[in-house]
Amino acid sequence: MKKEDIIQPQNLVMKKPDLMNDTIMHYCPGCSHGVVHKLIAEIIEEMGLAEKTIGICPVGCAVFAYRYLDIDWQEAAHGRAPAVATACKRLWNDRLVFTYQGDGDLACIGACETIHALNRGEKITIIFINNAIYGMTGGQMAPTTLVGMKTSTCPYGRDPQLHGYPLNITDLATHLEGTAFVSRQSVHNVTAIRKAKAAIRKAFTNSMKGIGSNLVEIVSTCSTGWKKTPLEANKWMEENLFNFYQLGDLKDTTK
Amino acid sequence: MRNIFGAIVIDTERCKGCALCVEACPLNLLHIAVRKVNIKGYPYVEQSDEINCTGCTNCATVCPDACISVYRKRISQ
Repeated sequence: MKKEDIIQPQNLVMKKPDLMNDTIMHYCPGCSHGVVHKLIAEIIEEMGLAEKTIGICPVGCAVFAYRYLDIDWQEAAHGRAPAVATACKRLWNDRLVFTYQGDGDLACIGACETIHALNRGEKITIIFINNAIYGMTGGQMAPTTLVGMKTSTCPYGRDPQLHGYPLNITDLATHLEGTAFVSRQSVHNVTAIRKAKAAIRKAFTNSMKGIGSNLVEIVSTCSTGWKKTPLEANKWMEENLFNFYQLGDLKDTTK
Repeated sequence: MRNIFGAIVIDTERCKGCALCVEACPLNLLHIAVRKVNIKGYPYVEQSDEINCTGCTNCATVCPDACISVYRKRISQ
């Protein structure tokens, strides 16, 4: 069979989502952000909510997320995305409101806003990209950095006596009354990506039904910050990060 | 005799050569182009074997830059 016979519009099974525009993304090669952007675009398309979605951008690598997905976006100050999302959702009840935050934004400067928004049970979804490092500013230590992990501000590895212990904010969120669905996923291979898609879809569905607040953590790679190739970074993540950040649905009140 | 045929189209200008799709392809049909770069200076991915592709969509699923389109055709025997 010739390639020209197969490449016909009726045979198309997968392509770039329509909501993702042609702007080339600024992320490093192999960055997990790209996969998560794609999943969000696919889910919003499949749910038919393109005209009814408001995304809240963080400060961090994903600060330019509004350039790539053709939905409504609002930029928030550093860490304040859940507060802005609260306002948006309370003003427009029928909209899907989600925040897209990294670990420096959500777990460090925005820890207060995040915990209170989740505890109040705001009908929003928080998508939390956790790569255990400050990616955009040059690989500094984040609250989520593992004990012993080397970064540019702890070149001998994180020492709990000096730097404290890593903050597992998703586990913390499971104990809050307001959260309906808390899940930790990854996007390092095809199986994980499909599971992550299902988790984000469930969180979005809960938000639209008005069932509590939803948190989906995506354990991600930062190949540039970790000084590795994308494939090495995936392997390192499987061997190290998954021991501390165990994948799976941590809380689901809708079952 | 196989009855599923696949083909992919790679947007080489979007590709950043991260090689995640090379790892994801179950039949090892992809490779990073040798001594060729796109307009951004990244080496991009190419299909080394166009005949055996089944259109499983693994490469397009893992691609962070959404640069792979997958086509699949089923032929009734």
